[in-house]
Amino acid sequence: MGMTIAEKIIALAAGVEEVKAGDIHTVTLDRMMSNDGTTHLTVDMYHTKLKNPRIADPKKMVFIVDHNVPSDSPKTAAAQKKMRDFARENEIDFWEGKGVCHQIMMEHYVCPGELIFGADSHTCTYGALGAFGTGVGCTDLLYGMVTGTSWVLVPETIKFNLTGKLPRGVYPRDLMLTIIGQIGASGASYQVMEFCGDGAGTLSVDDRMVLCNLAVEAGAKTAIFEADQTALDWLAARGRKPKAVFKSDEDAVYVKEYTFDLGKIQPVVARPDFVDDVVLAKEVVGTRIDEAFLGSCNNGRIDDLRVGASILKGRKVSDHVRFLVVPASQEVYLAALEEGLIRVFMDSGAIVMNPNCSVCWGSCQGVIGENEVLISTGTRNFKGRAGHPSSKVYLGSAATVAASAVKGEICTEDLL
Amino acid sequence: MGQTVIEKILSRNTGSLVKPGDIVTVSVDRVMIDDIMMPFIVDKFHEMGFEKVWDPDKVVMIYDHLVPSSQQDDVRHYKVGDRFAKENGLEHVYRSDGICHQLMTEEGYVKPGDVVFGTDSHTTTYGCVGAFSTGIGYTEMAAILGTGTVWIKVPETIKIAIDGRLPDHVMSKDVILRIIGDLGADGATYKALEFCGTTVEQMSISSRMTMANMAIEAGAKCAVFTPDEKTAEYCGTVLGEWERSLSGDGDAVYDKVITYDARGFEPVMACPSQVDKIQPVRLLEGTAIDQVFIGSCTNGRLEDLQAAARVLKGKKVAPFVKLIVTPASRKVYEEACACGAVKTLVEAGAILTHPGCGLCCGRAGGILWDNEKVVATNNRNFLGRMGTSKVEIYLASPEVAAACAVAGKIVLP
Amino acid sequence: MEQFTGKVWVLGDDIDTDIIIPTEYLALKTIEDMKKYGFSPLRPELASMIREGDMIVAGKNFGCGSSREQAPEVIKALGVRCVIAKSFARIFFRNSINNGLLLIEQPDLRDHVEEGEEISVAVNSHITYKGRQYPIASLPENLVEILNAGGLVKAMRARNGLDRRKENGTDGH
Repeated sequence: MGMTIAEKIIALAAGVEEVKAGDIHTVTLDRMMSNDGTTHLTVDMYHTKLKNPRIADPKKMVFIVDHNVPSDSPKTAAAQKKMRDFARENEIDFWEGKGVCHQIMMEHYVCPGELIFGADSHTCTYGALGAFGTGVGCTDLLYGMVTGTSWVLVPETIKFNLTGKLPRGVYPRDLMLTIIGQIGASGASYQVMEFCGDGAGTLSVDDRMVLCNLAVEAGAKTAIFEADQTALDWLAARGRKPKAVFKSDEDAVYVKEYTFDLGKIQPVVARPDFVDDVVLAKEVVGTRIDEAFLGSCNNGRIDDLRVGASILKGRKVSDHVRFLVVPASQEVYLAALEEGLIRVFMDSGAIVMNPNCSVCWGSCQGVIGENEVLISTGTRNFKGRAGHPSSKVYLGSAATVAASAVKGEICTEDLL
Repeated sequence: MGQTVIEKILSRNTGSLVKPGDIVTVSVDRVMIDDIMMPFIVDKFHEMGFEKVWDPDKVVMIYDHLVPSSQQDDVRHYKVGDRFAKENGLEHVYRSDGICHQLMTEEGYVKPGDVVFGTDSHTTTYGCVGAFSTGIGYTEMAAILGTGTVWIKVPETIKIAIDGRLPDHVMSKDVILRIIGDLGADGATYKALEFCGTTVEQMSISSRMTMANMAIEAGAKCAVFTPDEKTAEYCGTVLGEWERSLSGDGDAVYDKVITYDARGFEPVMACPSQVDKIQPVRLLEGTAIDQVFIGSCTNGRLEDLQAAARVLKGKKVAPFVKLIVTPASRKVYEEACACGAVKTLVEAGAILTHPGCGLCCGRAGGILWDNEKVVATNNRNFLGRMGTSKVEIYLASPEVAAACAVAGKIVLP
Repeated sequence: MEQFTGKVWVLGDDIDTDIIIPTEYLALKTIEDMKKYGFSPLRPELASMIREGDMIVAGKNFGCGSSREQAPEVIKALGVRCVIAKSFARIFFRNSINNGLLLIEQPDLRDHVEEGEEISVAVNSHITYKGRQYPIASLPENLVEILNAGGLVKAMRARNGLDRRKENGTDGH
């Protein structure tokens, strides 16, 4: 019987010929990522819960400080120091302040065919390169770190057949929010979202990251694209080689199939407080905002900054809006600097920050206050996620966020 | 009888010949209000029974300590400020453009001979352009907003004359740290510092700003430099006869006159946890560090970032060491982008933040934990200012700080 | 002449405003919210131990550092009757007077007094500790005026016709 890409990756990691949905397999992990959200807890467990603690292969570990950068309190500083000291003692790759963890992983580590655990729910991003990345808790991560292995329940796969091409002024963000709005926040629970079809081929690796990244907001275990020539070229440009390049078999089993015509997608936003409460952006135009955020592992890449800068060029951020622009990594920042985008943002009155998770995580960098409204390219709009419990978060594309920052209220690019 | 610079400024302002010890009421030329004091000032203003600000054009509001917001209540300060500005027709409002003291001078709000007050102790900075400026609390600010006046005691002046060329790798930060070490943290309490001599004449306005900024760390009420052509250019003004006369008279009476030979300066640090605990860097070499901070109203200007970039060019920050760079203003940030300094710093591994007070005010921007050591270019190394009371803060020049970031330990540039 | 007796807490030189109230807590809504963090970098337990009417005796340059007026307000809110130090930083001094917190300069007491002991203060005259008298100077007239008005806020209210100005009042608070 045929297998999907996800099944083939698990089979390879488990060292078996074939797996099928519902099987439980022990797998060898290719890599593990942990960030400052939870690494200190993992380190504590490592020291207190294990008899003879050791790390199976430090080369497979990556620690990334990105959630609270630069640190905002002694408590944060203590957690990060614990992480830093552990990485130093154990010769673990350590990144601090260089970017959001998933962006760093994509830029420097992820290869097609790999099975990667990350102690962060948006680890599903790595499917953009045809890898199986999934978020785990720190106990799972600790087990993986110590043994180099873990167990997985082979998930069912849902096929998303993408056709056509996104119209001008419509972005992958709009597409993915539309998909989540249609299938619901638990529409893909425990399952893999596989994106395929000629429409998928029109998307860049950065675009694919937007789709895969948000898969967890539909409850998915992960999302995945076939590593096609676009992906392989991207990888080669970074001097890396795939572990394995898989295609889903003709007779692979899908639990469900959807088709989305990219040509019919329109700008949308997710309303507070649910990612699947998706409406056409024009329905909420005019909603007054206090802050706008362009960044995150979802939309902090150079394409997003280009879109934002094209809207801000020659314009000013509204007086009552704080517009946070947060590149997803130093690499993205340097590219934006080179292209003059940083200048455009600074001239417009935006707050350009060092790469970090910022208000997407609701931490120190731009947290919002009582009854405030934020429009964001972040990953989530859960109640209180960006600050005060009474605050509200709308999610939209880089274009919608940038246009709203100028207007002072929710606005789409074409209405500006 | 002759007068010191500060006596001349206060005499002109009050229209009477003042001498040290006199208590006089001055007419305020400009005030600066920062975000952290905002709600308190507005409350006191209303409690005092005032309804309108005496002169909206003379008021500058700057949000900097709490930008970007790090706690949910921070935004309350912006909202209170915005409402107050609207009610009073205040137009000089800066919401995310940099540190208050940098913007006050950079945006031209302070001119030679002005009398300026701000709700921040480092308001002494404006002496760099030959103004009398000093920090006050929120209650007095509220009273000034209502009346445009305030009483002050005319300070005695300590004259500090520095002549000659500074050695390589010595910045104005090293000079002022050494002076604070010599005077002591309370050595100039209630007094004015008047800087003169060929060394300070050769300095840029930015370098003078560093020195005036830190005068408060010796307890001084204010510090002042004689305005010159550089000042005029910086302020976008032409010096009149009176402004040109703002140097200490030969027969002026000084509390004390201290002279330095510039050749005697060397790179120094203020060691934990007193600003006057000064040691030459050469005696501290080898001390391992965890973090470096380049920024603040003391040393976050273009020349500071360029000095750091020269050291970091083609090099990397040491592994496991963080370098945090926080430009003093939006303009500084943009200029540093344009001249390539930003690129150099980021390529070396620096964490470049948005302009603001950042780590210097200890609310965010790189807080540290027990037993960590930080080399920082700001103005204070007080216990607990950047994290727990077990964090050790060494204050240094940008050039020294950058060299330490590369080495991962204290070193000479 | 105003006289009072109380227990003392003894601190060192250069007690800065970051020690008196760290920046981290400056944006809390009220002084009451802040006061429990008073002196926390140096002596975290101190704020909870100070009782109404206690006094602080310190070395030189007390209150150096920032212009944060929360510093004297926190000390006052903790119930401290007055601060006696070898010397005070300038902005802190003004802020204290403007808030009606009494500050007394005395060069010798700090080096003799033990924490927890009682002292008696005769304002504008002297301090008595273990039978010995330590002289203190009078406050300048203009500061007495502000103290007599009940602080700068009250002085301004009187100016604006909201309260009746006190005539030669002795009520310092």
